[in-house]
Amino acid sequence: MNEIVEGLLKAGQLILSLDADLIEISLRSLRVTLTAVLISSIIGLPLGCWLAVRRFRFRRFVIATLNALMGLPPVVVGLIVYILLSRSGPFGVFGLLFTPTAMIIAQVIILTPLIASISHQAIRDLWAEYHDLLISLNTTRRQRIATLLWDGRRALLTAALAGFGRGIGEVGAIMIVGGNIDHATRVLTTAISLETGKGNFALALALGFVLIGLAVAVNLIIHSLSRTERSGRW
Amino acid sequence: MVDAAILPLTVTKAVVRRRGKVLVGPISAELETDGLTIVMGPNGAGKTTLLRLLHGMERVSKGQLTWQVPEPMARAAQAFVFQTPILMRRSTLDNVAYPLLVHGVAQTDARARSADWLERVGLADSGSKPAHVLSGGERQKMALARALIREPQIVFLDEPCANLDGRATREFEDLLAETRAEGTRIVMATHDIGQARRLAEDVWFIHHGLIHEAAPAEAFFATPKSPEARAFIQGDIVE
Repeated sequence: MNEIVEGLLKAGQLILSLDADLIEISLRSLRVTLTAVLISSIIGLPLGCWLAVRRFRFRRFVIATLNALMGLPPVVVGLIVYILLSRSGPFGVFGLLFTPTAMIIAQVIILTPLIASISHQAIRDLWAEYHDLLISLNTTRRQRIATLLWDGRRALLTAALAGFGRGIGEVGAIMIVGGNIDHATRVLTTAISLETGKGNFALALALGFVLIGLAVAVNLIIHSLSRTERSGRW
Repeated sequence: MVDAAILPLTVTKAVVRRRGKVLVGPISAELETDGLTIVMGPNGAGKTTLLRLLHGMERVSKGQLTWQVPEPMARAAQAFVFQTPILMRRSTLDNVAYPLLVHGVAQTDARARSADWLERVGLADSGSKPAHVLSGGERQKMALARALIREPQIVFLDEPCANLDGRATREFEDLLAETRAEGTRIVMATHDIGQARRLAEDVWFIHHGLIHEAAPAEAFFATPKSPEARAFIQGDIVE
């Protein structure tokens, strides 16, 4: 119990004193995960929508695979990305290993199936509602997807936020491909992991509370910007 | 929107089959340029499927539909009002403007025309409200405005008043009469005999997926030929 109180105090202290290291790794955490969420959303949202609207032979199989990939173990993703980006790997020439870019790549692989799968479920329900109208109006598939993405935007925002939640707290993959290098690839989660290993529980906890605060803050900001949960809105 | 006349429509031995079961047909019929046809029959007779077949929303397993213009052009000059209005997650104004917006009309123009239509159907004050706060009668009027905004030559209505009370039904029927007066061809399904008597110019009586009788309204209500139609008009239960 003592350690938790100590951690809270320490967290307050770090934040109030605008600790330079804390700010640096917090911003890096945000940058890596927000970029990954953005890229994953650009891929995942239309993909989920397309899967809801399109009928093809292996549709069920693709959706089942996508759902299964939601549970992709980050450590394994990290390992594979590590091998691909390492000097002897196929993408070694780009020298991306142990950079924030490598961390973003790993997170995109982890987040895209999650975002695509959640958006597929949301859009599928909306498509069931809109189906007859959009067919009657003789819309093209592109028009249907655009309509569904726009009218389902609030549900899709939830998908993106779920992706953010998974990304910001993720440690396995970014630890492997980023290497937790101070002032280069250290982020909140890898720093927590390091400090815990060193027995520095108060600092680790403090970083943990900052991480939780960050996740909550981002969600609240996005919700207030998008005016969800207000009466008369969707 | 489409200048060339798409009617009359000739239906030749059209059949709709799903999972090996014949839902409707074979249907052979003609829809003239002018008029208000009421499709009548008990629940499950195939009224909805017949309307969807005519509108081109059901795959025709056999037989064919022949419009006066190629199919895509004919589709652009038709509209459909569903039994349960489909509410898009948008404002009432944007719901009505949607058919224009999706087919490339500029936003300001589409919204202005939508506002006109909302006024015509008596929803002028509801434009900014989200569609799902409208009452049942208002929803169906919104759906009618959305159907008419592209100025179709023919409108199909699938029991639009099934869930409305007396007053909302009367208001809706008034709007239909106006639409009819402006020369829009109307084909409407109903199992409400009173409504059929009020509106019909000619009647198709359909039972078990077949048109049992197609006749001018007066003749149909005065002397129905088939025993099922007679029983239905008398208010007996037809199975």
